[in-house]
Amino acid sequence: MTVKNELLLDISNIDMVFPTPKGDFTALKGVDLKINKGEFISLIGHSGCGKSTVLNVVAGLYQATSGGVILAGKEVNEPGPERAVVFQNHSLLPWLTTYQNVELAVKQVFAKTKSAAEMKDWIEYNLKLVHMDHAMHKRPDEISGGMKQRVGIARALAMQPEVLLMDEPFGALDALTRAHMQDSLMEIQDELNNTVIMITHDVDEAVLLSDRIVMMTNGPAATIGEILDVNLERPRSRLELAKDTQYNQYRSEVLTFLYEKQRKV
Amino acid sequence: MASLIARLITRKNESVIKAQLPPFIVNFFKAVTLPSIGILIFLLFWTVGANNIDTSLGKFPGPSQVMTQVGNLFNEHVESREKEAAFYERQENRNQARLAKDPMYKPKTRAYTGKETFIDQIITSLITVLSGFVVAAIVAIPLGIAIGLSKSLNTAINPIIQIFKPVSPLAWLPLVTMVVSAVYTSTDPMFAKSFIVSMITVTLCCIWPMVINTSVGVASLNSDWVNVSKVLRLSAFTHIQKIVLPASVPAIFTGMRLSLGIAWMVLIAAEMLAQNPGLGKFVWDEFQNGSSESLSRIMTAVIVIGLIGFLLDRTMMQLQRILSWDKNSEVR
Ligand SMILES: Nc1ncnc2c1ncn2[C@@H]1O[C@H](COP(=O)(O)OP(=O)(O)O)[C@@H](O)[C@H]1O
Ligand SMILES: [Mg+2]
Repeated sequence: MTVKNELLLDISNIDMVFPTPKGDFTALKGVDLKINKGEFISLIGHSGCGKSTVLNVVAGLYQATSGGVILAGKEVNEPGPERAVVFQNHSLLPWLTTYQNVELAVKQVFAKTKSAAEMKDWIEYNLKLVHMDHAMHKRPDEISGGMKQRVGIARALAMQPEVLLMDEPFGALDALTRAHMQDSLMEIQDELNNTVIMITHDVDEAVLLSDRIVMMTNGPAATIGEILDVNLERPRSRLELAKDTQYNQYRSEVLTFLYEKQRKV
Repeated sequence: MASLIARLITRKNESVIKAQLPPFIVNFFKAVTLPSIGILIFLLFWTVGANNIDTSLGKFPGPSQVMTQVGNLFNEHVESREKEAAFYERQENRNQARLAKDPMYKPKTRAYTGKETFIDQIITSLITVLSGFVVAAIVAIPLGIAIGLSKSLNTAINPIIQIFKPVSPLAWLPLVTMVVSAVYTSTDPMFAKSFIVSMITVTLCCIWPMVINTSVGVASLNSDWVNVSKVLRLSAFTHIQKIVLPASVPAIFTGMRLSLGIAWMVLIAAEMLAQNPGLGKFVWDEFQNGSSESLSRIMTAVIVIGLIGFLLDRTMMQLQRILSWDKNSEVR
C-alpha cells in the first residue's frame, strides 16, 4: 500500500446555517476532517443529516457560515474544476452527446495546456476508462442510467481534479448495476489513485470502497460521529470479502452506528 | 342475459380482428380513415346547414360553391398575370417605337396597377406575418433571456409585461398607423406604409408570449446544470451560449408557436380594420362588394386562412422537432 500521509484537504470546523422563512436552521455544527492525498473517504449517515451540505461546501457551491475549506494550503471559496463533482442525477447536458459533455469540461480545463488532438485523445481515454467509448456519440437520453453515471464520472475524471466529490453517485441505480459500477470505480482508483469523497447510504459500498468511513450524526446541527479506518488489502474483491471476518466486523460497526447509536426515530 | 352474451361475442370478435390485422393497417386506419370520416361528416353538416340559411346575399355557401370559387379565384389570378405581362409588353413596344423615332427620348416605365388577386393577398399576408414574427423574435428572445437570468430585471419589467400582454394589438392599430405615417416619411420607401403598420401590429402581439416563455424557460434552468457550469467556471458568455440557450430552446419554441398562432389571427383582423393589403382586406372588400358570389368567396378565404394557420403551426412544430433536444416534450 502507498503511504497516504500528505495532507491535501482540510475541512476546518465548519458550521452551516441556512436562513429559512421559519428562522435560521443549523444544518452542520463543527464538522472537522483532514484528508490525505490519495485517500478514498465515504461519508455515510441517514438521509437529511447534511452529507450533501458538507460536499457542497467543499465543492464551493455553498459558503460555510463559519470555518473553512483548505485545499493544498489554499482556502477555497468558490467552485472550481480542481474539485470536480459527480452529481447524483448524472447532470449531463441532454443536448450534447457523451463525447461533447466530456469535451465541454476538457476544453474548459485544458484550453491552454493541451492541443486539439491531445484533448481529443484525453476525452476518449476517459470515456474508455469508464467503458463508455462505444457510446461516444449517443445522447444522454439514448443510454441507460448506469451509463449516464459513467459518463458523469468520466467528465469529472477528465478535469483531472485534486479531489473528486461524488454525491450518492450510484444511489439511483439498481443493485446489479451498482455492483458493476463499484468494481469499475475500484479499477479506476487502482490506476489513478485519486483523492475521493463519496457520499453513500449503502454500508457495503462504504466498506468495499473506502480507506476511511466518516459517519455523521443526525441533524439538525449534524457533525462527525465516528471515523472508521478500513484496513483491507487492495485490490478488493466483493466475493472474497463477503467471507472475511475483518470485513464483516467493519460492516457491523457502521451498522451499529447507524441503527443503534444514531437510530432514526 | 341475451344482450350480455351478444356483447361478449362482439367483444371477442373485435379482439380477433385486432389480433389479425397487421399494425400498419391499424395505424393507417387511425391516421387516414378516422380524420376522413370526421371531414365527411363536417361537410355533410355544412351542406345541410348552408341550404337552410338564407341571407340577403342569397343562400349561405356550401362546399360545392366554395370549390367553384377556388377555381374562379385561381383563374382570376392567372388572367391578372396575363394582363400584367401584356401591359408591360405594350409599354415596352411603345417605348421602343418612340426611341426609334427620337433617340433623345427617355423611356418612361409605369408599374402595373391592377387589383391584387386572392393569391397576391395570401402572399402579402404571409410575408407580413413572417416579418413581424421574425422582428419580434429578434427583440423578444434576448430580452427574455435577460429577464430570466436577472431577478431584479424581472421584478422591474414584469409589471409592464403583465399590463401590455392582455391588450389586443388591434387597440394599438390606430396609434401605430398614426406614428408610422408621421415617422416613416421617405419619398422612395423600401416598404409600403401599410406593410409596416401590419407588421408592427404582428410584432406587438408576438413579443409578449415569446418574452414570457423564454424568461420562464431560462429562469427554471435545472440547478444541476447551473452547478456544472459553476464547477467548470464557465464565463458568463459561455454559460449563456453553452448552457442557458440550449436549455431554453424547448421553452423558446413553445413561445414562438404560441405567438405565431395568435399573430396569424390578429393579422387578418388588423388587415380588415385598417384596409391594409392582405387576406383580411380581401374578406372586407368582398363583404363591401356584396355580390351574389361574395359569401362563397369569403368562405373560401376562411378555409384558406385556416389551412395556412394550420400549416404555419405544423412548420413550427417540425422545426421544433428538428432543433429541440427535448424529444420527450409534448409536441402536438
Ligand atoms: N439550501 C438549503 N436551504 C435550507 N435548508 C437546506 C438547504 N440545503 C439543505 N438544507 C437542509 O439541510 C439538511 C441537510 O440536507 P442535506 O445535506 O441535503 O442532507 P443529506 O444529503 O444528508 O440527505 C436538511 O434538513 C435540509 O432540509
Ligand atoms: Mg443528499
